[in-house]
Amino acid sequence: MTPLELQKALSAQGYVAGDRLAMALHLTGVLERPLLLEGPAGVGKTEVAKALARMRDTRLIRLQCYEGLDASHAIYEWNYQRQLLAIRAAEAHGGTSEDLLFSEDYLLRRPLLEAIQQDEPAVLLIDEIDRADEEFEAYLLEILSDFQITIPELGTVKAKAKPVVILTANGTRDLSDALRRRCLYSYLDYPDRDTELAILKAHRPGIEATLARQIVGVIQQIRAEDLEKVPGIAEMLDWAAALSGLGLNDMSRDPQAVQSTLVCLLKTAADRDALPPTVMDRLIGKVA
Amino acid sequence: MQATRFPSRAQGPAERMTGFIAHLRMNGVTVGVRETSDAMKVLTAVDPTDAGAVRTALCALLVQDAESWRRFDDLFDAYWFNAGRQRQDTVRNDHIRVQSSRPTLWQPHFGDNADEGAGTSDQNAMTPSEGEDAAEGMDGRLIATRTENLSRRDLRELVDDDTLRQAEITARRLARAMTDRRSRRRRLSRKGPQLDMRRIQRASLARGGEPLDLFHRKRPDRPVQIVAFCDVSGSMTLYARVFLSFLKGLVDSGIRTDTYLFHTRLLRVTDALREQDTLRAASRLSLMAEGFGGGTDISGSLESFVTGYGARALNSRTVVLIISDGYCTSDPAALARVLTKIRHRARRIVWLNPLRGWQDHAPVAAAMQAALPHLDAHLPANTLEALAALEPEFRAL
Repeated sequence: MTPLELQKALSAQGYVAGDRLAMALHLTGVLERPLLLEGPAGVGKTEVAKALARMRDTRLIRLQCYEGLDASHAIYEWNYQRQLLAIRAAEAHGGTSEDLLFSEDYLLRRPLLEAIQQDEPAVLLIDEIDRADEEFEAYLLEILSDFQITIPELGTVKAKAKPVVILTANGTRDLSDALRRRCLYSYLDYPDRDTELAILKAHRPGIEATLARQIVGVIQQIRAEDLEKVPGIAEMLDWAAALSGLGLNDMSRDPQAVQSTLVCLLKTAADRDALPPTVMDRLIGKVA
Repeated sequence: MQATRFPSRAQGPAERMTGFIAHLRMNGVTVGVRETSDAMKVLTAVDPTDAGAVRTALCALLVQDAESWRRFDDLFDAYWFNAGRQRQDTVRNDHIRVQSSRPTLWQPHFGDNADEGAGTSDQNAMTPSEGEDAAEGMDGRLIATRTENLSRRDLRELVDDDTLRQAEITARRLARAMTDRRSRRRRLSRKGPQLDMRRIQRASLARGGEPLDLFHRKRPDRPVQIVAFCDVSGSMTLYARVFLSFLKGLVDSGIRTDTYLFHTRLLRVTDALREQDTLRAASRLSLMAEGFGGGTDISGSLESFVTGYGARALNSRTVVLIISDGYCTSDPAALARVLTKIRHRARRIVWLNPLRGWQDHAPVAAAMQAALPHLDAHLPANTLEALAALEPEFRAL
């Protein structure tokens, strides 16, 4: 599949990918390397993995990272309670073998192990890797370069089919060079006007052309304003849903309704104050 | 910038690719050895005659962080296109160094401004009376301008061994005064005075209820971090020497420190200052210091810090040091706004002002007026001695 075909297939899933992202995704397949996506919040980093999984019609396995995430939550853990029960039951009937206790039946598969044990190559999304601790990155390195996991009691589990790995980060912490080196890299920024319009049309096919143009125009200007939390694509789609839900098809006709739907975009009190009705009128006036 | 020479001697794509990767390394993009062979593999995966596809493919492979991501296009053009295949005379990228030119480090440092630098950087130039002359122009107007002074000033004269040692000692003492004690909470650790009962119980399930694995807890260290900004614009030139060595002292003090220089732009210099060899550090700095001694844009520089590095450089244990005289061209309201932003995310903001050390100085500059309400402390610092005397104030932070 060439990058161009990939781009088309993704847009059929409602994801509008730029040239560079499409190429990076294409190369993850060719080089069998993970892809590291960076960028501000709300530009669709997580959505890439979801769209990719839908496109390839495979499972999406997601590992949400957080501070304190450790191997037993990310890779595997033995099911101790079941093992104890099995011992008790075996005692009642007389004798059990240790081998049985450490068989796959008693293994709890966490996302990483699960991802490499799929028959079909799955899409593994490691979300917000920069929230996990640095030690956890070290665990990841082995898995991401060799696609194998060593379980002392069972031996080494090799990947049946190498998953497509997508890591996302948005700069909570600097990632280690070792991890960066093993990954392909792509930076997602807020989309430009045309891309954003395409995204809006892909997600809300029924929206009026004028309204869509206005929404995108205003959003682009709002991003240029000095805000604490810049509205992302998800916020833009919410806002579009709100506006078209109100039956609006021209913003300049009903500024009051527009103002009341701003709750979809502005998530802090300071941002609300930064965009009073007069400013909004000016922004709408520019695109109308 | 000198014109890039496409290596005409290079035979075949492999050698050219090696040249490109060397070009990237020279411009500060970290590329490993394995990437070279991967780059060739990538060429087979895309149509190698399609420049756009090759560009995006190499970008995905060779780039590892957002900074190089933004520069990649320029670097790519500089190497592959400047040689005349596609002449783009309009695009000249001054910030790109090319392989054919010798790094400025090795070129003679004796430019037109060599004597000027030597004259002003003498020890006695640190006295306030001389500083006043330089801080103000001939007709009494302040020389804060937006124009970038593109002359390269050699910082070697700015950092000599004695001041450096003194500054290091001062910085270390101040840093120690700020170091925080430990947290009140307890966290898991390998060794520690307290047993973590909850975790022991949980782990004992695996051992049939016997608490074999012991877990400990202790109070984690919560060290203070320092983020320091040093103004190196025209009006601050005389102080640049002390403060650079002061910054180096901070970086070497063992406390996590991030240092930045600013004039009309912001430069991160932590890595350059970490260089063990003082001379090499000075050379690395002078490479970065284009625009040294030009105008000042405090709020713009701080703004680019907040958007660029802020997320990971600032936390509730960060002390922000701003070393500047507060004379700048930026809008005071913008300065107040960006300081509020930093204040939300940092523990303390301290402004070290060399002018404060003068007699009868009142912070009347508009920028200072706007900044004052957002500062935790506004302290004098015109000499190292003055800095050293600040220890009690720092202890109180």
